[in-house]
Amino acid sequence: MSEALVDCRDTFARTLIELAAADPRIVVVVNDSIGSSNLGSFQAAFPDRVVNVGIAEQAMVGVSAGLAAAGKIPFVSGAACFLTGRATEQLKIDVAYSRAGVKLCGQAPGMAYGELGPTHHSIEDLSWLRAMPGLTVIVPADPGETAAALRWMAATDGPAYVRIPRLPVPVLPGGNEPFTPGRGRVVRDGGDVSIIATGVVVHRALAAADVLAQEGIEARVVSMPCVSPLDDDLVVACARQTGRIVTAEEALISGGLGAGVARVVVERHPVPMRLLGMDDTLAPTGSETWLLEWAGLSAEGIARAVSELLDDVGPRAGAL
Amino acid sequence: MSARLPVFGRLPRGGCPVDDAVVGRCEAIARAIRRRDAVMIHQAGQGHIGGDYSCVDILVALYFAVMDFDPAAPSNPERDRLVLSKGHAAGALYTTFAALGLLRDADLDTFMRPESRLNGHPAVTKVTGVEASTGPLGHGLPVAVGMALAAKLDGSPRRTFVVTGDGELEEGSNWEAMMVAAHHGCANLTLVVDRNGLQQGATTRDTTALAPLQAKIAAFGFEVVNVDGHCYPELIPALAAVGERPRCVLAHTVKGYPISFMVNQVGWHHRVPSADEVARILAELAEPDEGEES
Repeated sequence: MSEALVDCRDTFARTLIELAAADPRIVVVVNDSIGSSNLGSFQAAFPDRVVNVGIAEQAMVGVSAGLAAAGKIPFVSGAACFLTGRATEQLKIDVAYSRAGVKLCGQAPGMAYGELGPTHHSIEDLSWLRAMPGLTVIVPADPGETAAALRWMAATDGPAYVRIPRLPVPVLPGGNEPFTPGRGRVVRDGGDVSIIATGVVVHRALAAADVLAQEGIEARVVSMPCVSPLDDDLVVACARQTGRIVTAEEALISGGLGAGVARVVVERHPVPMRLLGMDDTLAPTGSETWLLEWAGLSAEGIARAVSELLDDVGPRAGAL
Repeated sequence: MSARLPVFGRLPRGGCPVDDAVVGRCEAIARAIRRRDAVMIHQAGQGHIGGDYSCVDILVALYFAVMDFDPAAPSNPERDRLVLSKGHAAGALYTTFAALGLLRDADLDTFMRPESRLNGHPAVTKVTGVEASTGPLGHGLPVAVGMALAAKLDGSPRRTFVVTGDGELEEGSNWEAMMVAAHHGCANLTLVVDRNGLQQGATTRDTTALAPLQAKIAAFGFEVVNVDGHCYPELIPALAAVGERPRCVLAHTVKGYPISFMVNQVGWHHRVPSADEVARILAELAEPDEGEES
């Protein structure tokens, strides 16, 4: 893992420009969010292919569904909290139910708006959108996963939502693979426990694995960029092969990655679990990094949760 | 009780001049559609006949005399599009589709039955010709604005029409969409308001009054014209016209039109006609020569 940190918003802008140059059907739809989406360069390159609807998220999503129905490939970009919260019924009806080829890009997801407070946090989006059949939900962990997600969205019919990380992240090993819906990947192997993480939490999980290794615990780390549909088979393999699972996400665990993984585990191969993320509480004031630590999503927090789980349930009986 | 619906041929586009022959033809198609709709709703035991009847003439004018739409090529990318935003009037849309030949008359017998394509609200994924899934109010206009913007981006003359209810305009998403359409100069968009003055629970005036509706929509940047929404010589030219800005046709209609015991009755929003009431509806909608005999 490279230690240099990368801003995935640069990847977002660069990749969209590359895709739009290759496909004239691609347009961008924004809610006065050119700057916050880092799309100034896109607007300069394709001034006629940006539709700014103003501060009007319901119209933004509805208009995008109409553009898609009439042959365009709209990439809709706005703050994740407003895009998913203000326009939830448009996402449900105009996009998911209608199977419209709308490409939703949630900016500043999770608690990226930090000190702006819970009004601007988007920790509910994964729960809301995972509830919509046919809508692929993607939470990239690094620039490679971000670019792969965008390329897949442009090339595939149907709706999808991608979180564009705001917090700079390191480049993960093997991150340039093409995106495949319903597929996660092992970024570090280990046999004592699996940490299944998504988004900006993945590299923290990798750092947690380093901490745990010093305690003699070998943790497998899985990046799960596709949180709907989930990689059920990989989850089951983790359950079978490591016997304990910890999930970690910058989102509500009640409907996000944790809930999804827990459902697969309970139904197909029950093992002890811990779900890390937000749970029935609102964030205090703080930066995103501070809040991740507060929520137990720092490397130390994740390592501590893994240690506690293993202490609580004891060593598992006989590895396969 | 039968009101089987034949496929009707379309009229010359624009229907101009809207002479007696054109009007007579449209009125006959609309009567046939309303008859079939009453029987379909009676059989299904569910539906929204009042709102269906108030917009049938708008749909007939658009599909049979105004839009560039070939029922034999309903997916032609260059077609004019009609989004029925008042999705609860699905019965009016499905029966109009049958009159166009987009659906078979027998399909209408499945209305709202298990596994039917004909939901109580139209679904774009299930029925060819449906341009947008609607039902929750305030969804059609933003989607139609997107379609109009796409046509502008393509440099295409194709038009987009959207039919909303009037109570529906209480949803704020419509006003967001109107601002977008006006700002982007979507002269290729025509909003048709089925202005029957009634919503599910009461009159619009007693709910959240829309008046002065023409002034409001005009203030949002639309060219607004008022027409009698059951009068083809007024409807057809108003719908056929294209101006410099997005256009709004305020179609003044009567919920339940033209049935004597249904008109302007709040209860007929989703009341289902009994067998006796269907018989009375069919009698009131009989073709003129048949009417003289009965």
